[in-house]
Amino acid sequence: MTGSVAGAPSAAVMHTVAAVGVQRAAWLLLVFPIAGAIILLLGGKRTNSWGHLVGVAMPVASFVYGLIAFIAMLGYPASQRSRDLHLYSWIPVAGFKVSIGLLLDPLSICFVLLITGVGSLIHIFAVGYMANDPERRRFFGYMNLFLAAMLLLVLADNYLGLYAGWEGVGLASYLLIGFWQYKPEAATAAKKAFIANRVGDAGLSLAIMLMFAQFGTVTFAGVFGAVHGASKGVVTALGLLLLLGACGKSAQLPLQSWLLDAMEGPTPVSALIHAATMVTAGVYLIVRSNPIFNLSPDARLAVAIVGAATLLFGAIIGCAKDDIKKALAGSTMSQIGYMMLAAGLGPAGYAFAIAHLLAHGFFKAGLFLGAGSVKHEMDDEVDMRRFGGLRKVMPITFVTFGFGYLAIIGVPPFSGFFTKDPIIEAAFDKGGTSGAILGTAALIGAGLTAFYMTRVMFMTFTGERRWDDKVHPHEAPPVMTSPMIVLAIGSLCAGGFLIVDNRLVNFLAPVVGSPPTSHGFITPVSGGSLALVIVGAAIAWAMYGRREVPATAPAGSPLTVAARKELYGNAINESLLMRPGQWLTRLSVFFDNRGVDGLVNTLAAAMGGTSGRMRRIENGFVRSYALLMFLGAALLVGALLLVRI
Amino acid sequence: MVSPAHFVALAVVLFVIGAVGVLARRNALIIFMCVELMLNAVNLAFVAFARLHGNLNGQVIAFFVMVIAAAEVVVGLAILTSIFRARRSASVDDANLLKY
Repeated sequence: MTGSVAGAPSAAVMHTVAAVGVQRAAWLLLVFPIAGAIILLLGGKRTNSWGHLVGVAMPVASFVYGLIAFIAMLGYPASQRSRDLHLYSWIPVAGFKVSIGLLLDPLSICFVLLITGVGSLIHIFAVGYMANDPERRRFFGYMNLFLAAMLLLVLADNYLGLYAGWEGVGLASYLLIGFWQYKPEAATAAKKAFIANRVGDAGLSLAIMLMFAQFGTVTFAGVFGAVHGASKGVVTALGLLLLLGACGKSAQLPLQSWLLDAMEGPTPVSALIHAATMVTAGVYLIVRSNPIFNLSPDARLAVAIVGAATLLFGAIIGCAKDDIKKALAGSTMSQIGYMMLAAGLGPAGYAFAIAHLLAHGFFKAGLFLGAGSVKHEMDDEVDMRRFGGLRKVMPITFVTFGFGYLAIIGVPPFSGFFTKDPIIEAAFDKGGTSGAILGTAALIGAGLTAFYMTRVMFMTFTGERRWDDKVHPHEAPPVMTSPMIVLAIGSLCAGGFLIVDNRLVNFLAPVVGSPPTSHGFITPVSGGSLALVIVGAAIAWAMYGRREVPATAPAGSPLTVAARKELYGNAINESLLMRPGQWLTRLSVFFDNRGVDGLVNTLAAAMGGTSGRMRRIENGFVRSYALLMFLGAALLVGALLLVRI
Repeated sequence: MVSPAHFVALAVVLFVIGAVGVLARRNALIIFMCVELMLNAVNLAFVAFARLHGNLNGQVIAFFVMVIAAAEVVVGLAILTSIFRARRSASVDDANLLKY
């Protein structure tokens, strides 16, 4: 089956074949980064001088193997591309057998190439970015750890292995956001990210428990085979719990508050984890679980609504943030909203969600690396109101950032144009009021994206210089600009490469099914979105390109103030969750101190008091002791007599 | 007719007198003598019951009691002598240091 695009939407049948040939060494993908992490983290300061080279070599080695495995996969016929590799029997208990195995199929190989490819580029960039940091070796250790966990997440062939990788990337994210532990904001942001993720993890673990309780297995093949016989309620519950897990990891509503704070971490971390890879794990989870979602329209609708709402949420936040990294973080939240919206549209949207995910990996990483390059040169300044006119001093950064900018707003022939419009069209194709609302939201999001990204471009690179003389920005060193150039080329080509000729759709069809209808590239929707893009960019030019950018943020409209406060997301979390949680803990502490401790102390005091009274019997007089003996003996005889009678 | 019941009654009276003596007298030697009185009262009761049951079990036990009484007196008088040497007083009320 090559997945023809015309005709009814075909759901995928998952059948896997054992891995042969070079794919049998797929465990190398995990071993390279784990070895790097172990060497760097356990090696300690001894490895400081060459640690970064190991840190870069491992992702590159994984990427090379990933390419080899991919080329091998292309050699197989389309129905035999899902390959299973059993590694290790993890839990061989009767009634609950879980093993660690790798599933090499079109979906996971896409992710492997993205993670290792973009990851390697970001690692190379980090060599230059963290050159002045004495803890660079530890940084690369954590980055390699992240890579290993993320690869486990996308390669695992059962939900428990996926969960192990899921937790691993959460841990790596915590370690890397709080990399500069001495900064209280960084430590707090790391905790916030971990706790928000934990809420999502609860959803995912409940889903796994439900799977095991209902189906007796947690492997993909087992669950997807058994889910057809499950009741509607169970399937919908599974879908919603998986959605909750995805919301935590991908920073979607209502668990979105951690992503902007996560920008406290070093910029390579923001690029790799919070743009290209970890935050896309939620989308991977939903697309991988497509048999479950295909059977439950309610869960799919929930996914699509969450995606559309977050799309607008992130876009509005991005419009008002003056910190370049936070603006890009809002953008990430919004773009992942697009991916979730696509994933919520069923087989009509899965392939487009992945296409946008891959293209987003390129251009968002490129944008973040550009922001990192700017921040590196401006002495760690991130407030765009102190930038201005940087294109003259940092031309390569300007061009690569510009490529990413054109890709994200969706200007043809850059990537975003090819990957975003199919999502909007699929939303409209859904039909009914929901389709119209989702499509309109996506269109408005496209306009907002153009607005805020153009704002970032104008505030940073054009206009008069607003920085003072202490700062001497010049172009970044080649170790930092080379990855940016590669990513810029990707931003230009990736979308077209994936979408034209339905290349990715056909490639992924055995796993996720294919969309029912195919539109061309010039449709009313694409024309409408281009028009909105031009309008958004024009408004941003009018506000920031033509006029002077004020050095301090002016008081804005209520919407601007709200957007600066992240649409009160933190305030809502605080009042809904943190305050009641604090009351609960205080109540528990009070109860523990007064109640439980009081009870125990009363018992102890009672014992003490009683024994204090009782010891007066020991008065030292032999005759009183004799009297007590006599009375005791009399009691005993009396008891004996009573028993006898 | 003198029946075993009278002997048991006598034994009880002697035992009570001995018990009161132990509880009420201060001199250690008098207390010892009262303890001996209690033991002998018990002996009398055992012998009366032996006569009552028609076998010699009670009399054998009476022998044991006499032996034990003798041994106990030896030990008790030894302790009393050493206390008297230390404190120059034979009153049990004066040996009251083991208290709270």
